[in-house]
Amino acid sequence: MPAAADAVAAVKGRWPGVGDRPSLDLPAINVPAADLLAVLAFLRDEHGFDMLTDIAGVDWGVEASPRFSAVYHLFGTASHEYLRVAADCADLAEPSLPSAVALWPAANWHEREAFDMLGIRFGGHPDLRRILMWDEYPHFPLRKDFPLAGVDTPLPDLAVVAETKVNAIAAPMVGGPFVASSGEINLTEAEPRAKDESWNEKRPKPAS
Amino acid sequence: MPTEFAFKDAAAKNAQGEFETEKMSLSMGPSHPSTHGVLRLQLELDGEIVTKADPVIGYLHRGDEKIAENMTYNQFVPYTDRLDYLAPLANNMAYAIAVEKLAKLEVPARCQAIRVITAEMARISAHLLGLGAFGIDVGAWTVFLYSFTEREKLYKLFEELTGARFTTSYTRIGGVARDVPEGWTGRVLEFCDQFLPRLEECLALLTRNKIFIDRTEGIGVISKEDAVAYGLTGPNLRASGVALDLRKDKPYSGYEQYDFDVAVGSRGDAYDRYLVRGEEMRQSVRIIRQAVAKFPAGKWYAEDARKIFAPPKDKVLTSMEELIQNFMIVTEGPQMPAGEVYFEAENPKGALGFYVVSKGGGVPWRLKIRAPSFCNLSILPKVCVGAMISDVVSILGSLDFVMGECDR
Repeated sequence: MPAAADAVAAVKGRWPGVGDRPSLDLPAINVPAADLLAVLAFLRDEHGFDMLTDIAGVDWGVEASPRFSAVYHLFGTASHEYLRVAADCADLAEPSLPSAVALWPAANWHEREAFDMLGIRFGGHPDLRRILMWDEYPHFPLRKDFPLAGVDTPLPDLAVVAETKVNAIAAPMVGGPFVASSGEINLTEAEPRAKDESWNEKRPKPAS
Repeated sequence: MPTEFAFKDAAAKNAQGEFETEKMSLSMGPSHPSTHGVLRLQLELDGEIVTKADPVIGYLHRGDEKIAENMTYNQFVPYTDRLDYLAPLANNMAYAIAVEKLAKLEVPARCQAIRVITAEMARISAHLLGLGAFGIDVGAWTVFLYSFTEREKLYKLFEELTGARFTTSYTRIGGVARDVPEGWTGRVLEFCDQFLPRLEECLALLTRNKIFIDRTEGIGVISKEDAVAYGLTGPNLRASGVALDLRKDKPYSGYEQYDFDVAVGSRGDAYDRYLVRGEEMRQSVRIIRQAVAKFPAGKWYAEDARKIFAPPKDKVLTSMEELIQNFMIVTEGPQMPAGEVYFEAENPKGALGFYVVSKGGGVPWRLKIRAPSFCNLSILPKVCVGAMISDVVSILGSLDFVMGECDR
């Protein structure tokens, strides 16, 4: 039996809360957040999934419940097989999951990214700071309710502004992030591609 | 009247071995020649020795994943060029295969061979740049001039094939943009023939170069266990002694039919990483030669991908059905089934992964890009500690990362 299918059977035997996850390619399981670390440790130590290749945070939509999940992709460097482990965050205003940094140092940056982009908090993470956006950034840009065009945000460090009294204002973006110039034509109508419709020249921007 | 400095006191303490240096904080980058783009390292120094390194990334963050959720699958292809912009052809291929897995689509052998040839050429081009830049980092300027001469020849071939030198956007979901031009594969072979001696010349400038060895041997050692635990992939992982190459171990796009060796290092230092990249270029030439030798005839796109791959232009202009198809693909996007897939390809920098979540329709619900440079850089806080500042430059050069991919 291939290592991944074997591991799935073993995990399901040991943790009754674990269920199959529909998947088009790899063996995949859904794990309750409470069992997540134990399952990951078991897979790493007993079934040779020694590499954590990726953690992808997913927002399933504003109305969805549970709204946020983290999807872990494990790889066995000996068996050369992948396994997908998904865990839903408890449906709270502040979604959270236990941190896997103690199991894999690789989880450190992946979890920081999921926090930065989606606001999933990883309990027990040694240094849960933003990683791609700057530290003072107030939003979680990959959430589905965040507009593609972005929200005006004070760019500089607030402490620096207080010190220097210089407040840089971001360049205006007419109609969306892909538009470089403004002119007579209505760029919202001229722009052919899929774009953010939540605000445009006619409808005001949501307050940040 | 100058105040009395603590010199005397310090000198006395020093004599007794109690002298303590003050830690210095140094911001290296984001605009620094050795950070290869816009990486910033927040270093804490004790004299010349690094006691703490905190990489600050995100200066090149463009929100590619957010953008992907707002456009059709086909429209995202040019964005994949700009991940690892030194090997756009390889990125295109990884993205296309991920979406093809979602659509359960098999591309014909000719298309696979074209993709393999272009991906290996991209690997050579990316490694040549990595080699040249690494050379500059440690003070060997000449290598850069040689390796860029060779890259230029590759760019000429890319331009002939794709119409662009840098951001090629050649691969399509379900195929490639167009068939190879007449005689192009012959010119690729000619390139390979003249390239191997030039590569040896280039590597000979470094491999037994005393200064280069002094700057790289035993520097930035990454153990096998650490490499796996930090999720390193590609040449950086193999240099640490893990013989993991997805082209061999999880073959895709017909890699299983080609005969090549996986270069593996033994010590995991900067010098090993250099050696592994050098050998990979030789192996890439081997793969290209085999792929050209058994270059299959046939179509360069999957013919059952009628709702994904745009029909040929002459058909669009003359036939009603193709016109409608083209219109639907452009306006609605290629229609995908609901589900999720994950695919990783062995790119020059490591395993580039795409996790695609689809709820059906022409736009992905979520597209997560697993960037090898992102994972490879996450080991910096560990590997830089204890090194001298000049070694940090050598470590960065040997890790060979691209910020476009790291920051996305």
